[in-house]
Amino acid sequence: MRREKVDVLIVGGGAAGLAAAISATKEGVKTVLLERDRSTGGVLNQCIHNGFGLHVYKEELTGPEFMERMWDELKEDVIRPNYTVLEIKPKTREVVTLSEEGLVIFEVKALVMATGARERPLSSLQIPGSRVAGVYTAGVAQKMVNIYNRLPGRKVLIVGSGDIGLIMARRLKIEGMDVVGVVEIMPEPGGLIRNVVQCLEDFEIPLWLSHTVVEIHGDQRLNAVTIAKVDKNKKPIPGTERKIKVDTLVTSVGLIPQNELIEGFVEMDPINKGPIIDEFMRTSIKWIFAAGNNVAIHDLVDFVYEEGKIAGYYAALISKNEKLPDSDKRFLRGQNVGVLLPQRFSQKKSFKIYLRPLKSFKKSILKFDDKVIRKFNWRIRPSEMIDLVVKDFNNFGPNVTVEVNEID
Amino acid sequence: MKVFIVGAGISGSLIARELSKYDIEVHIVEKAPDIGWGVTKANSAIVHGGYDDPPGSVRAMFAAYGNKLYDELSKELDFSFKRVGSLVVAFKEEDMEYLKELKKQGRENKVEDLEILEKTELKKKEPNLSDKVIAALWCPTAGITEPWDVAMAAIENAVENGAMLHLGESVKDIVVKDGKVSKIITDKAEYKVDVIINAAGLFADEIAKMVKVANFEIFPRKGEYILLDKKLKGLVNSVVFPTPTKKSKGILVVPTVDGGILLGPNAVDLPKEKKYDLSTTRDGLDEVYVKSKKLVPKIDISYTIKTFAGLRPETKEKDFIIGPTKVWGFVNVAGIRSPGLTAAPAIAKYVVEKIFPEDLKINLQRKKHFNPYRKKIPNIKEVGLEEWEKLVKKDPRFGRTVCFCNNVSEGEIVEAIRRGARTLDGVKFRTRASFGRCQGGFCSLKIMEIISRELNIPIEEIKLNYEKSWIMDGKVRV
Ligand SMILES: Cc1cc2nc3c(=O)[nH]c(=O)nc-3n(C[C@H](O)[C@H](O)[C@H](O)COP(=O)(O)OP(=O)(O)OC[C@H]3O[C@@H](n4cnc5c(N)ncnc54)[C@H](O)[C@@H]3O)c2cc1C
Ligand SMILES: Cc1cc2nc3c(=O)[nH]c(=O)nc-3n(C[C@H](O)[C@H](O)[C@H](O)COP(=O)(O)OP(=O)(O)OC[C@H]3O[C@@H](n4cnc5c(N)ncnc54)[C@H](O)[C@@H]3O)c2cc1C
Repeated sequence: MRREKVDVLIVGGGAAGLAAAISATKEGVKTVLLERDRSTGGVLNQCIHNGFGLHVYKEELTGPEFMERMWDELKEDVIRPNYTVLEIKPKTREVVTLSEEGLVIFEVKALVMATGARERPLSSLQIPGSRVAGVYTAGVAQKMVNIYNRLPGRKVLIVGSGDIGLIMARRLKIEGMDVVGVVEIMPEPGGLIRNVVQCLEDFEIPLWLSHTVVEIHGDQRLNAVTIAKVDKNKKPIPGTERKIKVDTLVTSVGLIPQNELIEGFVEMDPINKGPIIDEFMRTSIKWIFAAGNNVAIHDLVDFVYEEGKIAGYYAALISKNEKLPDSDKRFLRGQNVGVLLPQRFSQKKSFKIYLRPLKSFKKSILKFDDKVIRKFNWRIRPSEMIDLVVKDFNNFGPNVTVEVNEID
Repeated sequence: MKVFIVGAGISGSLIARELSKYDIEVHIVEKAPDIGWGVTKANSAIVHGGYDDPPGSVRAMFAAYGNKLYDELSKELDFSFKRVGSLVVAFKEEDMEYLKELKKQGRENKVEDLEILEKTELKKKEPNLSDKVIAALWCPTAGITEPWDVAMAAIENAVENGAMLHLGESVKDIVVKDGKVSKIITDKAEYKVDVIINAAGLFADEIAKMVKVANFEIFPRKGEYILLDKKLKGLVNSVVFPTPTKKSKGILVVPTVDGGILLGPNAVDLPKEKKYDLSTTRDGLDEVYVKSKKLVPKIDISYTIKTFAGLRPETKEKDFIIGPTKVWGFVNVAGIRSPGLTAAPAIAKYVVEKIFPEDLKINLQRKKHFNPYRKKIPNIKEVGLEEWEKLVKKDPRFGRTVCFCNNVSEGEIVEAIRRGARTLDGVKFRTRASFGRCQGGFCSLKIMEIISRELNIPIEEIKLNYEKSWIMDGKVRV
């Protein structure tokens, strides 16, 4: 077993990890980025549609283009693909890894977790029926088409109207599949309105809101699914079932942050499903930082990139023994607030917060402890993450309640 | 001497391995594309204590003994087996009577070490059990394993010792001449035979009909399961049964050997023609959830990884049908319902050591060079880091992870293919790749790429499991 000392170790080479590497190397510290896959980029690799990088590079890029921009920014060669992190030891700051050259134990001064998310498989939803071939997550279907140049079938129903589901509906239609529709269990589409228009309406693909799949049929390969309308409690309404003949089901039913390596010892947020962090992207363990989809699911790669940069920068400072202020203030979730980050802060600097409302509102206000911070004169919804920079905290106590309220 | 075994489930596989210790020609014919894909694929994976089968039944005769054979078998064949113990819990005073009866029955079946635990002791063992449980029958010898793995290990070892495996070949007819089996006809070929062992699981009645000795019928009884994530490891440490009903042992909460938690099965009788129906149902899954939660209230269904169903091969007699028939050379190993997994090693010994010499009057000669050992495909979680490093130094493919959830390397996948995996499920059941929480989201396409490369076949020809379970339709662009 080989040992290696590094200042900043980054786990995960998606947008967050690459951005962290860019900023950490700028600080002149010894940085290593480990990626378990054969190359870096994460989900960007498979996203050949455009819509990436409007904020960061002021251009509409495809996923791979965005990734290449980051590679260009990264002056030093710090990337090590095909490295799997087996264990992070919080007491000794050792990271045990496996690679083609054997086991390597990194002794680190600071660590950035940028491990992204994984897709929730349909099999976890307990939908009754046959266990057949032909049911794929959107990510698998996307890789199949964009990377392997193969189609998953002829006739497809999409489950879930998040951005990924919408984008896959369009992609599969363009590539010649019969896309019969998209079912969404919620009364509203899950993805950006822009995507509903560009991916479904422009291609005349129907969207069935308040609908779900209630049964899967087939012998070896899928041959049909039964869908049904659901009531307010998302329970299927008897009598509304409809059997649709398809040979493929593509599911986009949620992403789950991946934190298996740290959740045993880092404080976690049950709503974001990622570690609790502060404005420096620092977790409850002083030398462990986190950024990207493992902190919470983000809509835009630009947000992920910004977080990665922050995490990499402060991780580098910590590795040079610089001190960061304690983050002893906290944000508390008030009414209508779901995903929220950071959850802690130190009040020294202005910083960005991200949040998702729990419901959709036509007009609303965002308040910190009864003080109005922002007025939204446009519709806000859970599917679209709100980002805003907070400058002044001097008038607040140690606990700031964040809430969203409807206004007329 | 030519022996044909119909069916490569746990029964047929272990019989094949037992027969391969002797100087005879052994063939195994299996209609599925791989080993252990019948009843053996989907069950509770418990090596039962053997106390709950009625004394005097064939089941009782084999279960307790089969259980004892598992230690040696798991060492020789190198499969996972853990004696985690089992608990039958009582909620009411009446249940207590039942526990006492079970204990007595256990003693008659020669199951030792049974003990009734009081609440405080029980809570120490299983802190997450419902507070309403008042006592339980503790059986320390009950264990857990991976049934398909036992079957694969047994076949690999049998083949190593000269047995011949015919996969994807279905027995269609049997020719009887002068009251003896003479030929076995499959969809691919005809073979001369001396002895046929009918270990065809759900279809054993149909095989028996081919020689006109079918005095039994097999009907399927469905059991549905919910598998929960390894994050819940430790939720229960042993197998937890409710007080059983007449129909089944009830819905249990079981730790799996690789750290997950399995809930189920329910029991629903299906008509005869539903022997292929492995679909889950809303009612079934709900029942599994509600009843398992009664045993262990902390069960959180949001940790579900997948749901599936298995079919028990039931007969009216509710008992195993093991023995020779009036057609010489045709031996039934039929109606192997629960606890067939437990009983299988004992059944195999019985068939070879008793039926062959005593009923068929065949004196088998021991092979001089029988090798009892088979090595499993190594995995980093089981081998330990230092050992693993040596492996990587020899073959760097063991350092390249393909399945991130279960830490399965490319080296393991290549080895699974070398051992006969041809499909995604073939790789999955040999290595646990794509068995984990993401269910193949990250790795299934990579596994296909490796199969395609190793076997030199186009990627779109690879199947999930059976012939018609295609995965890709063809090229997007040429
Ligand atoms: C289908 C899809 C479409 C999208 N479309 C758009 C769009 O149009 N516009 C836009 O702005 N954004 C879009 N996004 C969102 C954006 O691309 C993602 O939020 C962002 O790329 C996520 O980056 P990440 O680094 O957090 O995670 P990931 O890209 O998931 O990267 C995580 C990396 O970490 C690696 N890793 C994980 N665990 C380990 C470990 N233990 N050891 C080593 N490495 C590990 C993984 O292999 C992976 O490479 C889309 C996302 C998806 C999924
Ligand atoms: C829900 C459930 C729970 C259970 N739980 C337990 C438990 O916890 N513990 C326990 O001990 N037991 C348990 N059992 C019982 C155990 O699973 C079975 O007893 C055992 O798997 C039966 O194995 P087998 O080899 O006899 O049958 P199978 O595994 O079905 O093997 C028979 C094989 O024959 C093949 N075949 C059929 N017809 C033909 C043909 N014409 N030509 C060629 N091949 C053919 C089939 O494809 C199949 O692979 C359970 C069973 C079920 C269904």
